[in-house]
This record gives sequence, C-alpha cells and structure tokens, in this order.
Amino acid sequence: MDYAAIVFLEILYMISFLVLSSVGLAIVFGMMRVINLAHGEFVMLGGYTTLACHSAGINIFFAMLVIAPITVGIVGLLVERLVVRWLYGRMIDTMLATWGLSLLFVGLVTLIFGSSAVGIPTPISGYQLGSYQMGGYNLFIIGITIVLITLMWIVLRYTRVGLVARGAMQNPEVASSLGYNPKTIYMLTFTAGAAVSGLAGGVLAPLTGLLPSSGGAFIAKAFITVITGGASIITGVLSSGILFGAINQVVSFAANPVMGEIAMLVLAIVLLRLMPQGITGRFFRNST
Amino acid sequence: MGITRRNVLLGAGAGLLSSALPQHNAYAADSIKVGSILDNSGNLDIYGKPMVQATKLAVDEINEAGGLLGRELELIQYDTQSDIALYTKFAQQLARRDKADVVQGGITSASREAVRQTFKRANTLYFYNTLYEGGVCDRNVVCTGSTPAQANEPLVEAAMERWGKKVYILAADYNYGQITAKWLNYYVSQRGGSIAQTSFFPLDVADFGSTIARIQQESPDWVVSALVGGAHMSFYRQWAASGMNEKIPLASTTFGAGNEQGALSAGEADGILVAHNYSQELDTPANKAFLERWEAANGDTSVIHELSVGQYQGVHLWAEVVRTAGSLDRDAMLEALGSGVSIEGPTGKVSLDPQTQHAALDIQLMEVRDQKLNIISTASQRPPSDTARYCNLQEDPDSNIQYEVDI
Repeated sequence: MDYAAIVFLEILYMISFLVLSSVGLAIVFGMMRVINLAHGEFVMLGGYTTLACHSAGINIFFAMLVIAPITVGIVGLLVERLVVRWLYGRMIDTMLATWGLSLLFVGLVTLIFGSSAVGIPTPISGYQLGSYQMGGYNLFIIGITIVLITLMWIVLRYTRVGLVARGAMQNPEVASSLGYNPKTIYMLTFTAGAAVSGLAGGVLAPLTGLLPSSGGAFIAKAFITVITGGASIITGVLSSGILFGAINQVVSFAANPVMGEIAMLVLAIVLLRLMPQGITGRFFRNST
Repeated sequence: MGITRRNVLLGAGAGLLSSALPQHNAYAADSIKVGSILDNSGNLDIYGKPMVQATKLAVDEINEAGGLLGRELELIQYDTQSDIALYTKFAQQLARRDKADVVQGGITSASREAVRQTFKRANTLYFYNTLYEGGVCDRNVVCTGSTPAQANEPLVEAAMERWGKKVYILAADYNYGQITAKWLNYYVSQRGGSIAQTSFFPLDVADFGSTIARIQQESPDWVVSALVGGAHMSFYRQWAASGMNEKIPLASTTFGAGNEQGALSAGEADGILVAHNYSQELDTPANKAFLERWEAANGDTSVIHELSVGQYQGVHLWAEVVRTAGSLDRDAMLEALGSGVSIEGPTGKVSLDPQTQHAALDIQLMEVRDQKLNIISTASQRPPSDTARYCNLQEDPDSNIQYEVDI
C-alpha cells in the first residue's frame, strides 16, 4: 500500500518535471510557431541564477521563484529584440539562430562558472511515508507545477491579456486590425516563455544539479512533450506530460529507468505517427 | 680563465653565434617526447584539467633535475575534449607524426580501449594512470591506477564489518561499471554476504526517484555505488534530499576520486565510505612537499584529486623506468619494466609488478566529512591480485586483451 503511494507520487513528480521543463517552450511554440532550440539553455540559466543568488546568501526560494524568472525573462527579451524578431516566419533560420545562441550561452556560463558539476542543497527535508523515506522537495515541485499551470490557465482564460494573446495566436491579422500590435504581443510572449523556463530551471536545479551542458538534458524531453502535445499550450503539455510521465515511471518501477525512457520515446513515435498535429490537433481542439 | 672583459665578451659572442646556428634546433629535435592525451575541456574536464596540470608539473620537475639521460623532456599535450573520436585521432598523431617516446593519459576505460591498439601497433609505450576495473594484460601498457582487488576489496570488507551482509549495487552502464559490479558481487559473496539487486545506469541518467524507492523496498544493509560522471551526481543529491543518507549507509568505488565531495554541498555526502590511493589529507612529508610544489606551479590545490596524482606518479614512474633502462629503446624500457621499478610519490610507494605491469599501491580507507576525505586506515602496498589471476606478461609477452572476471 505504501509502495503504491510512493509509485503514485513518483508518477506525479515525473509528470510535473515534464510539464514544468517544457511549458516555457510550449508558450513560445504554441503562440508564435517559433521553435526555440535555446530553450534548454534558458532552463540552465535559471538554475545558475539560483545558484549564484544562493552563494550570495539570498533566500533560496526567493532566488528560484522571483530572481531566476526575472533574470531569464530579461535574457529572453534581449534575445527576441536582437535576434528572433528578425526571423519570424522563417522556421529553419530561427532554429539555426537559436541553436547558435544555445552554444553561446553554454560557452558564457562555462567561462563564468567553470564546467564542473555544481549543486544546490535541497531546501526541504525528506518525509516518512509508511516504511518509506521520500524526498520532500518532489512534493514542492508538484505543488509549484499545479500553481503555475492554474495561474496560466486563469490568465489565458479570464483576463483581457489572455484574450488578446489567444486572439493573436489564432489570427494575427485580425488581432492587428483591432489595434493590437502583433510584434509587441510576440515580444511579450517570448519574454514570458523565457521567464517560465527560468523558473523551471531554478526550481529543478537542486534535484538535477548543474552543468553548463545540462540544457541538453532538458531540451529533448521538452521537445517531445511539446510536439506530441500539439498547439494548445496548457491542454497539450498536460495531456502529453501525463501520458509520458505515467508510462516512464510505471516502466521504470517495473523494469528500470532505462526501459522507462525507451517506453516514453516509443510512445512518442507512435503518437506522432497517429496524430501528426499532436494530441490537441485531434482532441480538445478548442482548448487553451 | 679569469673573468676579464675580453673573456666575457668572447663567451657572449660564442653564445650568440651558437644560438643562431641550426645546432640549436638539433638539440630541440633531440629532446625526449612525452605525449599526453587528456580531456582538458567538455564533460570530463573536472577529471582532465588537474591531470593536465599534474603532467606538466611532473615533466617540469624532471627537467629541473636535469632531464633524462642528459636530454630534456618535451611535453606534447592534446586536448581530447571529452570526445572518444578525438582520442583515436590524437593517438594516431602521437604515434605516427610526433613519434612520442611514451604516452601518458586516457581517463575513462572507453578512452583507454580506444587508443590501446593504436599504441600497440606503433610500439609506443603507453601509461594509463586512472583507477579502473582491472584486467588489462598488454606488455605495451602500464596501468598505475588502483583496480578492484586493491581498492574495492578493502572497501567491501570494511563496509560489511560495519553495516552488514545485504548489499545493493548501483553502477554505470559501460565496461567500468559492469566489471566492477562483478567484482563487488564476488567480494561480497566471498564473505558470506548477498546482493539484494544490481542496477545499471547509462551515463546520462539523472533521475533516481524510482531507484531510491526500489532500494527501500529491498532494504539492504548498505548500498555501494560505482556511478560515474556529472549526471550520476544527482543520485547522491536525491538520496540526501529524501533523507535516506541518515537511514541506509553508502559506500562508493568512484566517489572522491574526482573530488566529487566538492560538487555536493556539505552534509549531503557526509558518511560515504570510500577507498582510494590518495587523499589531500595524507599527513606525510611527501604529500606536503607535493602540495607545496603544486601551489607554486598551479596555485589552487583544492582541485587536486586521485586521478591527477596518479598521472603525476605515472610520469615519474616512467622516468624511473628510463633511468633503469639507460635508454629510450622500447625493448630496453620493457626489460626495465620487467625488473620491478618503484618510486616514492605523494601517495606513498608505487611499485611496478612485472607480471601484470600494474602497480602495487597504498590504499586509504576514508570517510567523507565536511567535503573532505578523512582517512580511517591504510592498507599498504596492496598488489593488483585481480589482474594477476589471469595475466602473466613474463610468460605470455604477446598477450593483448582485457580479461573480464568469470566468477
């Protein structure tokens, strides 16, 4: 019984991990059809920002929940203004440019922090569940993910800003003709996507540890989650995150973590073969 | 000849003239070439960077003491950037183009196996100075790092005495982890213990949640890790985050050899039991002198780890071989290797075993505490008895394989 609860919590954690690390990418991809290959590096930058703040003696929760998203949001803003905005509508060029940016970020972080693995201590201690001892920080990540997704849903669904954003996403020409400048909307969207990625990086860093190259570990999973999810930001990431997280952990527990990853990738291939437009291209078509 | 103005001018003139002549280049070409291939950048540079500094320090020391056989050493250093393909490429260059007299280096067992045959074919003597899974039996290769019989057996013995008989093994999924896990299994069963389970992880696995739950389900007396590299560091982090570090004790065959204790925050790694050839805490005159020389040459001594000291000692051991041989001829060097050469290094005595061309080493049983490797006890001059089970280079000089344990 305890073991079943542990398995359930680990599944929830894996779903949260996938959703959290890919939602920044989903915002940018879903709203702008821009594939940001520097997404993993945004996550990594969030982690390093948290690390730098923690070493400077700043409260770690403040660092990961406030400073990391703001810092990476500013980086995202600069990237959008200086690079991405010149390349809208040119998907291949954008991918190439953002890939170049990712190499640049890895290089810069290596120069500043060195290329050795570093860690941040987890600020929450473990807890006892029956005869099992579990990481309390996993619960924190699950909680943060639920709060973040709920906030995003409320903003997109019930606020003026969300309405405009959804409008621009469905039809930029009409949004433009109603007096909303799509360029401003894109700029803000990209910044918001980067900020959410930074938040994810800050929150996940204590569990995953940090290397300048650790962006690569996030980006593969983030991509399959977002592409399989399809264009709707929240429903897409949630539906694919739940499917992948569940299969990954169930197989991990039944066999081992390697088989878990394989099962997840096989499922992604099958789903994309059946639904090339992603899950939300077939089901829940008018969701956010 | 007294010091007069004329003599000084004459000397200076002669000096100038001779330095302008091609003779000078002839001297440079006459230097002894020490090749080194290490990962000075990329994922493995936490291991490789200090090893590069250590190689240079050893070569400089030998040159300051007058070189070898009256000739200067020239270090040819290649950065393999944590890329196996570059190992093969630079090994070819060192053997064919640079015609190195010896090559020192390689970090992972995968990298060693990538270059071993190249050096064998080119008859270029090769020193591999990293702790590894044992079994290399090749007259062209000298392995100076510790093997399972040297470092893992005392570790298993101490851990079983302290904690009990039921063991859970975690290992990296490549030749090092696979073979080391077999040896661990052997040492545990030999002492009447049992293996609860063995789990292997590819080098990029960073999520250990299900594994930590599985370990608790098996509830072993202790866990031993042969995990390798940056991603696997997450295991120790997640283990500590779940509070398990207070409940089930941990031993490791790899932790600490690359200064991993510095990459975790204080407290997370406390209590991990390890056994290695070197600790910065070694309180011997040789180690203190080494630390001082390192500080003078490279500054920060906190980066020094077992692998870099192994590399440093590998270069000095080779120098001793050349002095014994009195020649750089490969056959003369091989004969000297067969005579049993030894040096006194920062880790203590390093003596070559002619039968396996591995080194007998002092092994320190240590516990991680406050990001330091604190020595509990020392086992002096442990021989590489695992490799010696299979390998006798004196009887079979043409051997060219890595034996795997069959127990």
